[in-house]
Amino acid sequence: MSPAGRAPGDVAAAIETANVSRRRFLGGVFSAGAFVVAARFLPDSLLADGATGFRTAADDAALHPSVYLGIDRDGTVHIVTHRSEMGTGIRTSLPMVAADELDADWTRVKIVQGIGDARYGDQNTDGSKSIRDFFDAFRQAGASARAMLIQAAAAQWQVPAAECETGLHEVVHKASGRRAPYGSLVAAAAALPVPAAGTLTLKPRSAWRYIGKDRALYDLAAIVDGTAVFGMDARVDGMVYASIERPPVLGATLKSVDDKAALAVRGVRQVVTLDPWKPPVEFQPLGGVAVIADSTWAAMQGRKALKIEWDLGPHAAYDSARYKDTLLAAVKQPGKVARSRGDVDAVFAQSAANGGGNVIEASYYVPHHAHATMEPPVAVAEFRDGAVTAWAPVQNPQAAQETVAKALGIEKSKVICHVTLLGGGFGRKSKPDFVAEAAVLSKKVGKPVKVVWTREDDLQFDYYHAVAAVYHKATVDQRGRPTAWLARSSFPPIASTFTAGERYGMEIELGMGLTDLPFDVPAYRAENCPADAHVRIGWFRSVANIYQVFAASSFVDELAHAAGRDPLEYQLDLLGPGGVLDFKADGVANYWNYGVPADKYPFDTRRLRRVLEVAAERSGWSRRPRTRGRGMGIVAARSFTSYIASVVEVEVDGEGRVRIPRVTQVIDAGTVINPDRVRSQLEGAAVMGIGLAMTGEISAAGGRIIQTNFHTFQVPRITDAPHQVDVHIVESDAPPGGVGEPGLPPVVPALANAIFAATGTRVRELPISKTKLA
Amino acid sequence: MVTFTLNGSRRTFDGDPDMPLLWYLRDDAGLTGTKFGCGGGFCGACTVHVDGQAVRSCQMAVSALAGRTVVTIEGLGGGQSHPVQRAWIAANVAQCGYCQTGQIMQAAALLAAKPHPTDAQIDEAMAGNICRCGTYQRIRAAIKSAAEGRA
Repeated sequence: MSPAGRAPGDVAAAIETANVSRRRFLGGVFSAGAFVVAARFLPDSLLADGATGFRTAADDAALHPSVYLGIDRDGTVHIVTHRSEMGTGIRTSLPMVAADELDADWTRVKIVQGIGDARYGDQNTDGSKSIRDFFDAFRQAGASARAMLIQAAAAQWQVPAAECETGLHEVVHKASGRRAPYGSLVAAAAALPVPAAGTLTLKPRSAWRYIGKDRALYDLAAIVDGTAVFGMDARVDGMVYASIERPPVLGATLKSVDDKAALAVRGVRQVVTLDPWKPPVEFQPLGGVAVIADSTWAAMQGRKALKIEWDLGPHAAYDSARYKDTLLAAVKQPGKVARSRGDVDAVFAQSAANGGGNVIEASYYVPHHAHATMEPPVAVAEFRDGAVTAWAPVQNPQAAQETVAKALGIEKSKVICHVTLLGGGFGRKSKPDFVAEAAVLSKKVGKPVKVVWTREDDLQFDYYHAVAAVYHKATVDQRGRPTAWLARSSFPPIASTFTAGERYGMEIELGMGLTDLPFDVPAYRAENCPADAHVRIGWFRSVANIYQVFAASSFVDELAHAAGRDPLEYQLDLLGPGGVLDFKADGVANYWNYGVPADKYPFDTRRLRRVLEVAAERSGWSRRPRTRGRGMGIVAARSFTSYIASVVEVEVDGEGRVRIPRVTQVIDAGTVINPDRVRSQLEGAAVMGIGLAMTGEISAAGGRIIQTNFHTFQVPRITDAPHQVDVHIVESDAPPGGVGEPGLPPVVPALANAIFAATGTRVRELPISKTKLA
Repeated sequence: MVTFTLNGSRRTFDGDPDMPLLWYLRDDAGLTGTKFGCGGGFCGACTVHVDGQAVRSCQMAVSALAGRTVVTIEGLGGGQSHPVQRAWIAANVAQCGYCQTGQIMQAAALLAAKPHPTDAQIDEAMAGNICRCGTYQRIRAAIKSAAEGRA
């Protein structure tokens, strides 16, 4: 097999074929790292298209070799994190990279949160790609400053720069024993030209000071004493509070509003009507009626007193129970071919001619899910003199700039979006509709406005994870190995949010567990079947992997069971000896590989085998209990360029209650920056995956979302979570892969497979709580 | 007019008597360490101590506070000095951090009542506090560590 070469230009070409609004969305999803690296050290990057002119402490520092880094004359190092902190630790980990290359003393590093500004390059903290896209750039930022400081010291000491090195926050000339602290060199270094990126010498891996070593969150103390500022905590003098009654069904419009009672509520100032959105919905505010008040509570009370009539529109017919049948029927029909290897139809026909006894097929169903970040969407915005200043917990502050600018008809550069800490993101806060609401309201009421979403708002007006049906069919040989395999998925696509009426998934979605199925089988065809969207569809942590990996890895377990083989041994057999996969050879012309080139990030099944083997060993797979009521499931998947295996251990009691004593998570994420944060992400992904699988469901009736709060939308509590999550990081010097998302997908089928092992009941529909297990 | 004690200071309130303590703390008193998560008493993000008991501040009207003593995260230990806070730092519990002040207030109330809780007692006491990031394993470990005086 040959490496599946894929240049960034191919991605750009693929995007070029899409329409404008979709292109804008893809622009956010695909990595912008490649072209940003070339531009970021240019002094005129302050003038980049869409740049705001806003200056940070790094910009104002005496030595300022990069938009990401500046050093004061007293030696204080300012490092800009332009990615958003939503719990992954990126605000700590990315600065670690620059600080390491600079040999900076971490206690003298101050982290500056970047506002939304085009000069930083891509800021969509999404796709588990912050380190992947900016590892090199932050190394270069640190190395530039270090090279300039060394050069300044060498000139001062009149020795060759090559004889100088750096210690902790100082330049050292070993031969003469001279040392100079960084601060003392800043003025001289600032007079030197910034070295070109190509001339920089980066530290060897063996000299890394911070990379690969545990480091606590920069904000940990502020988090535990309550002084950390989340979006919910942003406050501006003179601000008023807004609570918005939004159209209850997607596309519903306002017929009439009676606000007399609302205006009579103590603390309510005024009631403002918001314009409805125009298709496609994108990130536009949903419209509705806003109550403006002196406190959050008064705004909420006023809102309850509104009397509103809606024209519900066509999506009022949406009923998720009926829709489930529609999707399950859709995957029984041929769809758009997304990958094809061998002649699946011929093998199936031959099998049928022989009596068809060796056919195995199954359909799987996963409902909508909501992000339900602990901090609901919230934003403060002030419109003044034709410009907006906003404070918000956003994953993509540049999208916030664009959305606000479009809503108000102003230039993007006139929108300053400060990024607070995010009380969770999971993809929800990449969609800045709530920031635009605050900005539009501020313009209407002439004051800064804080828009607070209630939990009910959050659950009822999300950009939902797509509901999906997936169908698998295989013919197998005498050893139970597939001779031909057909996979079809159907889900309302993310593209429907950006192109009204879009019914097919993009390669971004299909390349998450459908077109990139890693098994070595002679014939495989993947198809995507159309589905209509009736709610806003968005991306949720690990996206389409959730349903496509659940289906594929459940099906593999079914095949193993049918063959009477051990699921681990069977998966290793299906993976074959291992090597680099070339999906292009199977007709996946636009295989997206998570936005990065396949030569740097090949899909290597040897790494998938390795995590499976390590997970088996660490979890005690071969010694697993085989008594009724106890079982283990094992699944491996590559996503976001990392390789993960999950082993879930379950106990199912006589009442059908499921307890999960332990989950083992093994990751090969290539080079790891902050191992403790990798462990924490995989611990959390196990909990989220288990919760999603056991009880997670968003459903609709009459076009309205049924779940209203945490009593009906059940997320895992301490009593539901696995009692123990063991995480093992496979040592690797491969380029850094994603960490935030990959820990979730394999957990879901590993749980379902464990339940099968424990009970003999095959769960093909989520949430598992709907299947009787006793 | 209601008078009560908040983090050691006397406070009077003459606004809407139905206003939940949560919104008084956040919007009036500027104590934003207490978080809004659900408004229905389901998630525990707004947990504070009233007369030493952990309560959901979104479910308690300010008018119910007459003569009572309220402690929020800002008044728990002064800075990060409470043993539970120190244990939280030692275990790197937080991910996004939003729910953690509520978790810490709940854990502090648990340890005040049961200085050496079992796993089952920890789970029972903490079951009302949701962490969407899934930090439960570290929460349990940090509580045990605080109980054992290791932090």
